[in-house]
Amino acid sequence: MSHDTTPRTDDGKRAGGADKAQYGLAVVVALVGAYTIYDATTLTVGFADPVGPRVFPYVIGTVMVVLAVLLAVATARGDRPEAEEGEDVDLTTPPDWPTVLKLLAVFVLNIVFIDSLGWPVTGAVLFAGCTWALGSRTLVKDVLIGIVLSVASWYFFYVALDIPLTPGVLEGIL
Amino acid sequence: MDSLDLLLGGLGDALTPTNLMWAAVGVLLGTFVGVLPGIGPAMAVALLLPVTFGLEPTQAFIMFAGIYYGGMYGGSTTSILLNTPGESSSVMTAIEGNKMAKRGRAAQALATAAIGSFIAGTIGTLLVVFFAPALADVAVKIGAPSYFAIMLLAIVLVTAVLGSSKLRGFIALFMGLTIGLVGLDLSTGQPRLNFGQSLLADRIDIVIVAVGIFALGEALWVAAHLRTSPLQVIPSGRPWLDKDDWRRSWKPWLRGTALGFPFGAIPAGGAETPTFLSYIVERKLAGKDSEFGQGAIEGVAGPEAANNASAAGTFVPLLALGLPVTATASIMLAALQGYGIQPGPQLMSSQPDLVWTLLASLLIGNTLLLVLNLPLAPLWARLLRTPRPYLYAGILFFASLGAYTVNQRPFDLFLLLVFGLVGFAMRRFGLPVLPLILGVILGPLMETKMREALSISDGDVSALVSEPLAVVVYVIIVVALLVTVFSRFFRRPVAADVDGTSGS
Repeated sequence: MSHDTTPRTDDGKRAGGADKAQYGLAVVVALVGAYTIYDATTLTVGFADPVGPRVFPYVIGTVMVVLAVLLAVATARGDRPEAEEGEDVDLTTPPDWPTVLKLLAVFVLNIVFIDSLGWPVTGAVLFAGCTWALGSRTLVKDVLIGIVLSVASWYFFYVALDIPLTPGVLEGIL
Repeated sequence: MDSLDLLLGGLGDALTPTNLMWAAVGVLLGTFVGVLPGIGPAMAVALLLPVTFGLEPTQAFIMFAGIYYGGMYGGSTTSILLNTPGESSSVMTAIEGNKMAKRGRAAQALATAAIGSFIAGTIGTLLVVFFAPALADVAVKIGAPSYFAIMLLAIVLVTAVLGSSKLRGFIALFMGLTIGLVGLDLSTGQPRLNFGQSLLADRIDIVIVAVGIFALGEALWVAAHLRTSPLQVIPSGRPWLDKDDWRRSWKPWLRGTALGFPFGAIPAGGAETPTFLSYIVERKLAGKDSEFGQGAIEGVAGPEAANNASAAGTFVPLLALGLPVTATASIMLAALQGYGIQPGPQLMSSQPDLVWTLLASLLIGNTLLLVLNLPLAPLWARLLRTPRPYLYAGILFFASLGAYTVNQRPFDLFLLLVFGLVGFAMRRFGLPVLPLILGVILGPLMETKMREALSISDGDVSALVSEPLAVVVYVIIVVALLVTVFSRFFRRPVAADVDGTSGS
C-alpha cells in the first residue's frame, strides 16, 4: 500500500545499513517457534491417532525457526521493511514512545479495574485517558464525552441487545 | 429456478419493519465506522460484530449485512475525499477518485462509487445464489485430502502471490498458524501452547485477534507517528450524476463486476487484482484523449464495481466450502460460527433457511445503503474532520467494549492488548495482516482435515494425494509458486503497483 518506495526506517534514519530491530523480530520468531516445538513434545499421542497432536506444532515451529534465520540473513544483507503508511501516519518523524506508553497505561488500568468498578466507570476513564494521552487538553469535556459514551453503550447492550455488562460500583444506580 | 424461489422466500422472511430497522442501524453504524480514517471494512466488521450477538440469527444477519456494505462504502468515501485508501482494494479508486474530488467533482465520484457498488453487489449476490448451491453439491463429494489441498492453495496464494515481500508474508502466516494452535487439541483434548493457563483452553476468539491487530494495533501505530499537519479534506455536496456521467459509468460498472466476481470466488483472495485490472482496462478503453490522470469517472466506476463484486464473490467459497479468502470473510466466518452456523458443503442442505435469509439480507443491506448514503454523504464527509485524539480514543474505547462483550472477562482485554502490540510490531516491520488472520482461521481447519484424511489411511501419507482433485490442486500450487518466482524477474514495476495485502 506504500506510495513511497524509498527505503527508510521507522526511526527516520537514513537508508543504508541494517535495520537492527529486525534482528529482534527474528529472535522473537525463533523463540516462538522453539517453544512451539518444545510444547509439542509434552503432548501424548493416542493409540488410534496416526497423526497425533504433535505433527502440526512440529511443522509450524520448525518453519518459524527457519523463517527467523532467513529474516536474520535478509537483514544482514540490507533488507529493510516497508513500515505501513496511512491517513494519519507520518513516518518521517521518529516514533513518539511517550504517547504509546501513556495509551498502554490507560489500557492496563481498564483491564485491572473493569470487574470491580464496572464498564460505565472504566470505559469513561479509558476514553478520557486516551484523548489526554493523544494530546487533547480539554479534560472536563473529554471526561463528559467518556461518561456519555460508556453509560450509553452500557444501556445499549442492556436494553437493545439484552446483554448485561458488569455494572460494577454503579450496581443498582444504572 | 429453484434458487430464485428460495431467495424470494428468504426475502419474505427478512423484510419486516423490525428487520429493516436493524438493517438501517447496521448500514449507519458500518458507514460511520468505515468512513473513519484508518478503518477499513474488515476492521469495521470486527469492531461491530459483538453488537449483533444479542440478536436472533435473522436480525443479526440483516444488521451484519448492513454493517458489511456500510463499511465497504465508508472505505471508498475516505479514499475519494482524502486520497489515502483505508485498504489495498481501494487504492485504485483513490487514484482517479481523488483527482475528481480536487476538480470539484467529489459528488459525482461518490455517486458513481455508490451506484456502481450497489449494481455490482446486487449482481454479485445473485451470482452467489446460483453458484454457491452448485458448488456445494460438488463440494459434498470431495473428501478430506482435497479439502486440505484447497486450503493449502488459499493460504499459499494469499501469502506468496499477493504482497511485496514473500518472506514477511510467510512469517505473518506462520505466526497466525501458531496462534491457531493455542487451546485444546480438537481430537485428543490436550491443551497446546496454553502456558498452563486454563483461560487459554478454549481457542482464542478470532474477534479478539482481529480487533487487536486491526484496531488496537492501528491506534497504537498512529499514536506513535501522528501526523501533525492535518490532511486536506475535500468537502462533498450531495452525490448526483448527470446524463453524461451515467453514460460513461454504466459500462465500467458492468465490466468491473465481470472482473471482480470470479476473482472473489476463486480462493486467490482479495480485490487487489481485479480492481487493478479494471483500472487498466478502463484506461485502455478510454483511449489517449481521455480524462485519465485528471479524474476520469470511468476510473472510479470500474474499480469500485470490481471491489464490490469481488466481495460478493468471496461468499461462494465461504458458504459452499467454509473457506474464507479475505480478512473480511474470515471475520464473517467467525460471525457465522457465532450464530451457530458451520459453513461448508452441508450448510446449504442442513440449514437452507438461514443461508437464504443471509443472501436476502445482503440484497436488502445493499439497497438500503444506496437509499441512506446518497443523501447522507456530506455528513459522512464531515466525520473525516474528527479531531484525531477523539477518533483514536474512540477506536480504543469501542475495541475494548467489543472484546469485553464477547465473554465478559478481563482476560480477553489482556489478550486484546497482546494482539494490539503484535499488530503494532507488524506495522513497524511491514508484515502483512491478511496471511496472519487466514492462518488463525484456516490452521485448525487444515489440521482437522489432514488428521481426518490420515486416520482413514492409518497414517499413510500417500492418502493426501489419493483424490484426483487434490493432485490437481497441488499442481496449481506448484505452478502458482513458479509463476510468482519468475514474474519477479519480468514485471517488477507492475507488481509494485498492486502490492500490499494489509487489510486494515
